[in-house]
Amino acid sequence: MAKKRIVTTTINGKETQFLCQPRQTLLEILRDDLALTGSKEGCSNGNCGACTVLCNGKAVNSCLILAVEAEGAEIETIEGVAPVDGLDSLQDAFLQQAALQCGICTPGFIMSAKALLQEQPDPSEEDIRFNLAGNLCRCTGYDKIVRAVQDAAAARQQV
Amino acid sequence: MASTSYKVIGTRPIRHDGTDKVTGRAQFGADIQLSGMLFGAILRSPHAHARIKSIDISQAESYPGVHAVVTGTDLPEQQQKVAHLGEGDVNLYHLSQNVLARQKVLYKGHAVAAVAADDIHIAQEATQLINVEYEVLPPVLDVLEAMQDEAPVLNDDVRTDSMAGEESKDPTNVAKHYFYEKGNIEKGFEAAHVVIEREYRTSTVHQGYIEPHNATALWNQDGQITIWTSTQGSFMVRQQMADLLKLPESRIKVVPMEIGGGFGGKISVYLQPVAALLSKKSGRPVKLVMDRASVFEATGPTPGSYIRVKMGADREGKLTAAEAYVAFEAGGFPGSPVVCACMCIFACYDVPHGRINGYDVCVNKPRSNAYRAPGSTHAAFAAESVVDEICERLEMDPVEFRLKNAAQEGTRRVDGVQFARIGMKETVEAIRDSEHWKSSLEGKYRGRGIASGFWFNVGLKSSVTAMLAADGTVSLLEGSTDIGGTRASLSMQLAETLGIAAEDIKPAVVDTDSVGYNDVTGGSRVTFSTGIAVHNAGLEMRRQLIERVANIWEVKVEDVQYEDGKVRGPGGKEFTFRELAAKIHATGEPITVKGTSGSENQAGAFGTHCVDVEVDPETGKVDVLRYTIAQDCGTAIHPAYVEGQMQGGAAQGIGWALNEEYVYDEHGAMRNATFLDYRIPTCCDLPMMDTIIVEVPDPQHPFGVRGVGEVPIAPPPAALVAAIYQAVGVRMRELPASPPRLLHQILQR
Ligand code: FES
Ligand code: FES
Repeated sequence: MAKKRIVTTTINGKETQFLCQPRQTLLEILRDDLALTGSKEGCSNGNCGACTVLCNGKAVNSCLILAVEAEGAEIETIEGVAPVDGLDSLQDAFLQQAALQCGICTPGFIMSAKALLQEQPDPSEEDIRFNLAGNLCRCTGYDKIVRAVQDAAAARQQV
Repeated sequence: MASTSYKVIGTRPIRHDGTDKVTGRAQFGADIQLSGMLFGAILRSPHAHARIKSIDISQAESYPGVHAVVTGTDLPEQQQKVAHLGEGDVNLYHLSQNVLARQKVLYKGHAVAAVAADDIHIAQEATQLINVEYEVLPPVLDVLEAMQDEAPVLNDDVRTDSMAGEESKDPTNVAKHYFYEKGNIEKGFEAAHVVIEREYRTSTVHQGYIEPHNATALWNQDGQITIWTSTQGSFMVRQQMADLLKLPESRIKVVPMEIGGGFGGKISVYLQPVAALLSKKSGRPVKLVMDRASVFEATGPTPGSYIRVKMGADREGKLTAAEAYVAFEAGGFPGSPVVCACMCIFACYDVPHGRINGYDVCVNKPRSNAYRAPGSTHAAFAAESVVDEICERLEMDPVEFRLKNAAQEGTRRVDGVQFARIGMKETVEAIRDSEHWKSSLEGKYRGRGIASGFWFNVGLKSSVTAMLAADGTVSLLEGSTDIGGTRASLSMQLAETLGIAAEDIKPAVVDTDSVGYNDVTGGSRVTFSTGIAVHNAGLEMRRQLIERVANIWEVKVEDVQYEDGKVRGPGGKEFTFRELAAKIHATGEPITVKGTSGSENQAGAFGTHCVDVEVDPETGKVDVLRYTIAQDCGTAIHPAYVEGQMQGGAAQGIGWALNEEYVYDEHGAMRNATFLDYRIPTCCDLPMMDTIIVEVPDPQHPFGVRGVGEVPIAPPPAALVAAIYQAVGVRMRELPASPPRLLHQILQR
């Protein structure tokens, strides 16, 4: 077995060190070692988006990143989205719109949508659909998810 | 509509488990961590059909970091015995072989052995050290080929079981023959002015839930077994485990974790017994999680099928006769939902003369399982496509045809069941009156189609416990796993019964030791049947509250009324629910009630869908431009989640119609076992999905609930191929109507 490495990153605003084998993915470390199980594993090959996290502000599939690659990076997971005393407007909008059924895809969608709204505060329906196409949801048919992102965009514009 | 007098029902409160699900805190099956936990991996067959000559696990066992290795012989031998799992039966002999193969492997991916180790990587490496010697046999992959006499036979113990009771003499792949007849079919076709007979094919497709199967087991030193798993039925897992391990149910506790989608595919056990065996051998808790390829290759997709439908109608467009031959690929072991297809295929219509033959046929593919209205989508695709051709031949509007022939209360189906109050007609009227149907569709290569579908919905049994707290809230313990918002829909029914706010109910889905028996979350039954249990619990709580108040006021029980969350007595005496709750502990025993259900049968659900498409004649790609779903939902408890079911079901039907299929090579290996190649719809593939909730209350439920979850998957393929025909003039009789297949048909035209 290859030697374990120490990796230093910032996760949800806090400097974090972890030990990992070179073959371990960031998703595996987040879930199994750091107990951040909000990022989900749906496919482990980059096709479902359930494991989406932000890496230096960009939405990435954490199952496709090796944990060692996270050295020096700023990682944000679903656990870091809500402020201490409430919910983020995206989280709120998902609840208001009933944009989840089973909820397994929800963390990934919220992370992808967060990255989108950071880049495009006022996306069209088409922008939203295009940017969320890497996240699969089998329950909702996406209608309410798209509406939730629209609502969250509008809510963010207001503050 | 029906909901006007309700305070809670028909509103859209935030679901009780919502915050946990948007913050990542909800614990799904794979999220569990236990102290000392090991990780497991499964060795799967590389062959679609082979005899296992020997298995050598010695190398794997001695690999550093490995704690246990198990094979099929670690499971007790089973006799032929059928276990009833509420919705559908299973032969334990086959189930056991499916969990871990013994003499034969019957599909690529069939589980053969399993390892538990310190981490997942070691476990996976160790599986590669297990030596299995196979004698490879020729596979049979197609339902019609498997029915031939000369086809390779999968199971030595399978004989054709026909409804008349006689069995075939020799082993065969045709496990079951269903037969239904109504009236005189020959007479019916004689009376027809137009008769259309067509053949249809559908491919194997998967439920495609995003969460892979998982199970974590602890076989404790005292012999008690605990299973943490995401399942549609914790009590069904307990029962299957007890049967497979030959243990009393009391030895097993199943803790239902949050479930990331199921759609019928998470009822049967796969990993749970294996995790238990590994835990027994290692003395440690063991977690097993499938990878995506295994989910495709080794769980229970819905069968590929061959269906022949013949229908006749008179000059006025009245159906005179309908006949179907339905053959389903059961997969490696018998048990496809072909009987459901037989029940559904002509259910939308009043068919005076009918005949249906159904066949359950083993092929070298994974053992099929339920998928949302199992069998009904195949059936609707075939029957509704023939209806579309009849309408064309008669130059009749498809809406008018459906209104003329719609099944209604009292109509007897070909399989003999007589309908109670149903809303087929109302869904067609809703489409007829919709803006979508009235709008004109312009442009080249564009077309519009409609289709209807049916699902019978089930009742089955549920239990709940409700406990009053001194602050006026009520805890609700339930055993129906919440797959899409049923904590909310059940809490709302309890709140309505008690006259309090939905937010004052605190629902919890608890383990099998902590609540009474509950059948599976399936058959669109939870909001209906567990809803009845919840209502009964609410009524019992009201009764006890009235008794308590009568005691406090020293009046007769008959003089106390419970209304709108208040109790009123003579002389203007009154307590609100909250005031009363605060007095409970000081005035008597705690108020803890139960509610059960189980004698009610649902009346069935219908939906009619309308779709506009645009076809690219150069690539065969179909774009869905507009989609409208009208469905009889009975009373919609939480309309947003009802709409969600309609939209999600339709999206699955669209995927089935346009893209999804298992692609096999000639050796029986699935060539597209990833979400990249098995392409389910993304949000780029779909438009907004318009919904029309039609409310024809089911009188058997106190609030008129009708199951809504399953039927929306049935109409889309038929509606889409009708639209494609309008757009480019080709009739797709094979699913999926994927770009290469459709392009091929367009070029042949
Ligand atoms: S688990 Fe990472 S994309 Fe599916
Ligand atoms: S809500 Fe179940 S996969 Fe999206």
